Amino acid sequence: MPLRSDIKKVLVIGSGPIVIGQAAEFDYAGTQACRALKQEGLEVVLINSNPATIMTDKAMADKIYIEPLTLDVVKRVIEIEKPDSVLSTLGGQTGLTLSMQLAEEGFLESHNVKLLGANPETIHKAEDRQAFKDTMEKIGEPCIPSKVVETIEDAVDFAQEIGYPVIVRPAFTLGGTGGGIAYNEEELRDISKNGLRLSPITQVLIEKCISGWKEIEFEVIRDSKGNVITVCSMENLDPVGVHTGDSIVIAPAVTLSSAEFNMLRTAAINIVRELKVEGGCNCQFALHPESFEYAVIEVNPRVSRSSALASKATGYPIAKVASKIAIGYTLDEIVNQVTGNTFACFEPTIDYVVIKFPKWAFDKFVYAKRTLGTQMKATGEVMSIGTSFEQAMLKAVRSIELGLDTFNMKKLGEISTEELLKHLETVEDERIFQVYEALKRGISIDKLHEITMIDKWFLSKLMNLVNLERWLADGELTEEKYNTAKQYGYLDSTIERLSGQKCPLRKRAVFKMVDTCAGEYKAETPYFYSTFDEENEARQFIDRLDSDKKKVIVFGSGPIRIGQGIEFDYCSVHCVWTLKEEGYEAVICNNNPETVSTDFDTGDRLYFDPLTKEDVEAIIETEQPYGVVVQFGGQTAIKLTRHLADMGVNILGTSADSIDAAEDRERFDEILEKCGIPRPQGHTVMTTEEAVKAAEDLGYPVLLRPSYVLGGQNMIIAHSEADVVEYMGIITSTMIENPVLIDKYMMGTEVEVDAICDGKDFLIPGIMEHVERAGVHSGDSISIYPAQNLTPKIKETIIEYTRRLATELNVVGLVNIQYVVYNNEVYVIEVNPRSSRTVPYISKVTGIPMVDLATKIMLGSTLKELGYESGLYPEGDYVAVKVPVFSFEKLQDVDTMLGPEMKSTGECLGIARNFEDALLKGLVAAGYDLKKEGGVLISVRDTDKQEIIPIAEQFARMGFEIYGTSGTASMLNNNNIETKYVNKISEGEQNVVTLLESGKIHYVISTSAKGRIPARDSVKMRRKSIERSICSLTAIDTAQALANVLESGRTIDDVELVDITKI
Amino acid sequence: MSLFNQGEKAYLMLANGQIFEGKSFGAKGTVFGEVVFSTAVVGFQETLTDPSNYGLIVTQTFPSVGNYGVNSEDNESDSTHLSGYVAREWCDAPSNFRMEGRIDDFLIKNNVVGICNIDTRCLTRVIREQGVMNGVITTEDVYSKKEELLEKVKAYEIKDAVKNVTCTEAHTYSCENAKYKVVLMDFGVKKSTIRSLTDNGCEVTVVPAYTTAETIKSMNPDGIMLSSGPGNPADNMDIVENLKEIQQLGIPMFGICLGHQLLALANGAETAKLKYGHRGANQPVIDLESGLTHVTSQNHGYEVLCDSIDPETAAISHVNANDKTCAGIRYKNINASTVQVSAAFSYDEFLAMMNKEVK
Repeated sequence: MPLRSDIKKVLVIGSGPIVIGQAAEFDYAGTQACRALKQEGLEVVLINSNPATIMTDKAMADKIYIEPLTLDVVKRVIEIEKPDSVLSTLGGQTGLTLSMQLAEEGFLESHNVKLLGANPETIHKAEDRQAFKDTMEKIGEPCIPSKVVETIEDAVDFAQEIGYPVIVRPAFTLGGTGGGIAYNEEELRDISKNGLRLSPITQVLIEKCISGWKEIEFEVIRDSKGNVITVCSMENLDPVGVHTGDSIVIAPAVTLSSAEFNMLRTAAINIVRELKVEGGCNCQFALHPESFEYAVIEVNPRVSRSSALASKATGYPIAKVASKIAIGYTLDEIVNQVTGNTFACFEPTIDYVVIKFPKWAFDKFVYAKRTLGTQMKATGEVMSIGTSFEQAMLKAVRSIELGLDTFNMKKLGEISTEELLKHLETVEDERIFQVYEALKRGISIDKLHEITMIDKWFLSKLMNLVNLERWLADGELTEEKYNTAKQYGYLDSTIERLSGQKCPLRKRAVFKMVDTCAGEYKAETPYFYSTFDEENEARQFIDRLDSDKKKVIVFGSGPIRIGQGIEFDYCSVHCVWTLKEEGYEAVICNNNPETVSTDFDTGDRLYFDPLTKEDVEAIIETEQPYGVVVQFGGQTAIKLTRHLADMGVNILGTSADSIDAAEDRERFDEILEKCGIPRPQGHTVMTTEEAVKAAEDLGYPVLLRPSYVLGGQNMIIAHSEADVVEYMGIITSTMIENPVLIDKYMMGTEVEVDAICDGKDFLIPGIMEHVERAGVHSGDSISIYPAQNLTPKIKETIIEYTRRLATELNVVGLVNIQYVVYNNEVYVIEVNPRSSRTVPYISKVTGIPMVDLATKIMLGSTLKELGYESGLYPEGDYVAVKVPVFSFEKLQDVDTMLGPEMKSTGECLGIARNFEDALLKGLVAAGYDLKKEGGVLISVRDTDKQEIIPIAEQFARMGFEIYGTSGTASMLNNNNIETKYVNKISEGEQNVVTLLESGKIHYVISTSAKGRIPARDSVKMRRKSIERSICSLTAIDTAQALANVLESGRTIDDVELVDITKI
Repeated sequence: MSLFNQGEKAYLMLANGQIFEGKSFGAKGTVFGEVVFSTAVVGFQETLTDPSNYGLIVTQTFPSVGNYGVNSEDNESDSTHLSGYVAREWCDAPSNFRMEGRIDDFLIKNNVVGICNIDTRCLTRVIREQGVMNGVITTEDVYSKKEELLEKVKAYEIKDAVKNVTCTEAHTYSCENAKYKVVLMDFGVKKSTIRSLTDNGCEVTVVPAYTTAETIKSMNPDGIMLSSGPGNPADNMDIVENLKEIQQLGIPMFGICLGHQLLALANGAETAKLKYGHRGANQPVIDLESGLTHVTSQNHGYEVLCDSIDPETAAISHVNANDKTCAGIRYKNINASTVQVSAAFSYDEFLAMMNKEVK
């Protein structure tokens, strides 16, 4: 069936802020969807609260609402825009749940809106545990023995019937939030209590634990006519028990014989047929490792993280095809864009292997519980493509940015074998490295299989690497050895390190095309991966193209992690678009499967490979580019600058030397001195002794951080010598290559500026002010545009300092500068001559296409030529507030106290005519409940006690009941604020924890002089409030802002919704 | 290929003179064949034992073969039939609960000469662009005997393919509570075809390819199935003549792959060689009646020419969605239908045809 004639205007619901379990893959899916719909000439209305996305870009939709993704707001958008249809399956669980609510309430029907993508019955059958079980039973697909329960007692009864261990899975929660494995009744009571509370319908599934079975996934697509294909099979290296988002995944499935493979493929197709899915669907199976017994674990009738991976792994654009199906097309009508002459109704087959490797934030959250289970913890992932498993694995480990190029982890070499085996008994993020270490120590494959249940195929492959490394280390590095090592995927530098010898020759990688069909048909996809082989298909492709356009390579930002998120992908993609518009051939190198940048039709060519020196060298050799762009790929790309410059590559925009000048402490100090700009005093140190001395010299509190980092990784404020010693201990235990910076800490107003410079003139689209004072990482602060509380003189100073810095550093392109205003003086904290996480949001709210301009300037244009004056761009009519979003409920034992180390995973935007309304929107979008009554529990450190008084008073005035721990309570009572005294955890049985569990408390304001260590009372209290989904504020300024919003009395219903295309 | 099992050198030379240098795996020696590629990711053991691959040097595009090892259950016949085998890498530590051995040993045992560690992607593209061509795999030095070998390569022809793979005498596979009796003509039958029939309630008697109409009639079957098989269909004119008589018996007939092509020839259609064949598990076939596309496994190098089918006697029921070649025929003059796939996606039609007759 062709395009339905009754569809003219479609509302696309996005997935909102990036949280663990729902990340950039939905920007990729949503962007594909919007493009597919627009291609068909449909009018697209978009709602998504996440401003860092490409889908919220003006080019993507006709009407764009960056508004909270709540039911009421979506209803209002529908009332304003009157779309005839809603697309439900491209916005993750968030979009799907909202669509289903709209349908079930009858709202869609009463407003004559059709639900596209999935009907409520399909969603119900797939997502309601009991309905799912019944459906599977009906078609004879086996499920795991399980029961849906709504009380803890029922959970315990059922567990006794089927035997422990059991898995608890709450219904309708993201990424399995609140689930877990219980080995006994006590644990079950604990987990199911939490799960029941988190489930919006107070329902959990108790299920027989089948950990150790193989976990196999199929991505399936079905159309309205009934055509069904499987796009890709995937096998989890980690067997059942670890969330698939936390598993290393290989595509296609490799340990299944044809019989098992086809059995599961048929099952997947049967399921999708029965559910009548129209679009993409993910089917997860557990397969007994020693028989044909299997069970259906889960079915997701929408695009997902796995479908993004499957799309990138095969070249088959699932989201695009799913969107076309949603508006009426069938698979046999949709052309396979990769080959250009086959149709979407065929199953891709591949002639390489693909690895997905998760990226966790445990390097930041040093005290977080590192065990993996049914709750996803990874913030991002990388994908690698190779002609062997070993090659792909080595590429993956290089891409994941742990500072590793093999599976040898130094610290694991230092623990005893006994300890190592103990680690292996639980699944931790470093398990693959532990396994590798165990193999090196001669632990047998059989034994390791027994402990980990990882299939022996994977273990044998890892053993190949162990053996190869031994061979390299043993005797002369012959050509044969070298060639073998290259084929297996080692870098020259790694081979030299392992062998202790110079490479006898230098072999360069060649590139093969990802074409969906294993070479069977001629393809035109400009999508390549490297391997060591004879023929270079990329070279041939370029020769065939015989284009006289100049080529520019844009380096991407790698895996999503805290501090380097989707914003950088936004910038990379915009840079590519502009390059294309300007008549250049734009080439992208990146390794993140979730992103828009790695969609094969974003650039003129895509190289899906690690971003290390040697990997990049091979690409440059093949492409022979006119220039390269590093300033949009975050620290991942910036790190390559020096090497690229040494290679003689033309770096477009700010030079390598200027980048170095901004990052090198001494050179930077010289520049500041020359410019007459003050900065907080500081020193550079290498050892604990030096650090202690420097801190005494500066006077406490001081700020400590390693140089060359992003997102404030491992940054702390030290109030005493003990803090400094503890910190240096952690830093020096991991590799210390770069020195540690130690600065005087000034608790002033933080101001941030992104500027575009052409070497002479500079343009500041807007000055942003942070709600939280310096000390809270800029990525975790609520940020306001335009700044609300700066005097004209301060603003002028900031503009002037920006000018001086941009000129002195000779910035060509973007620069991000952070200032602190302290006692009416402006100090510079940091200068980053590259794009920053605020670029997308400022671009959207000011209407200045920052990346566009920066790219054009890099290519030789000037601001003047582009029609912009130097200086600050006039402020607009709207105030935009960026509110950070955290994933604390998914990361056990992480202290939620905000500090100089970034913790947020995503952000939301609130746009309104005034600051209060914009903040209100931002808070609602970020998930704040904004209850107007109940209890407020306050427990603050001594330095905050004076400042908390007016805030407590404000809450009391609004009718909240105030509770406080000893010091805080007596201080508030002394100030005539009636405060109930609460015991700290150590002070009695009735204490803060029991109070939080009682449900009386709706807000917690907690600050402490020291945090981080999970055993601390203050940390436990904050964790408890997260577990109970109680709004927890850890900065005085945030509490103040929130109190103001509450007191304003306004609700989201009072605030106008804004179509940002009209700003 | 395993790291510490560095094989000896081996070479693959194509009829166009192109030489691929790799490592030997499986048996050693020199073999000639028609070089083709298969894009299936799983099912290497089935490929090795599929009689349809007689005379071929099969290249696997998936880079790692033998991951799950070999077992005694998955053979499509009792031996291997291909001439040679090409892979990028083979797995020396396979893993699967049914695994009984490694692919390398299996090839040695069955005397199949293999070559690995070559750029199979490059080879695939050569075949795709230049068409299927003959080649030789040898573990001897190819350069010193290049001209001599090249002559032999060019002279190579697949001969008597069906004769070499069909059974010599009939044998019956019973099935509990059989509803139908099926005679399965063995042009190179696969065990999975027999299994599919017995799973569908058919008692199957496999008969040699040259069995006459008279013999079949005497067996009084409810249906006749024409199996898949190797080689050029037009080389089997004796069988085609036979089929002309068999189809007059009025017994429902169903054919797959070579069986499809032979019945078409018996009804006056023509066959031709495809540029590089259809070999893989992802061939899309459109059922023209329902409009649905089926994803099918195919393994053939020839097609029935659409234009040669007499619309009076037959109609095209299926086409290959990729290249629009004929993928199925429904006959009007006789009670028969056939599909160009190596394993039927559904036996429903055949069963329905028999059901009608039994009633």
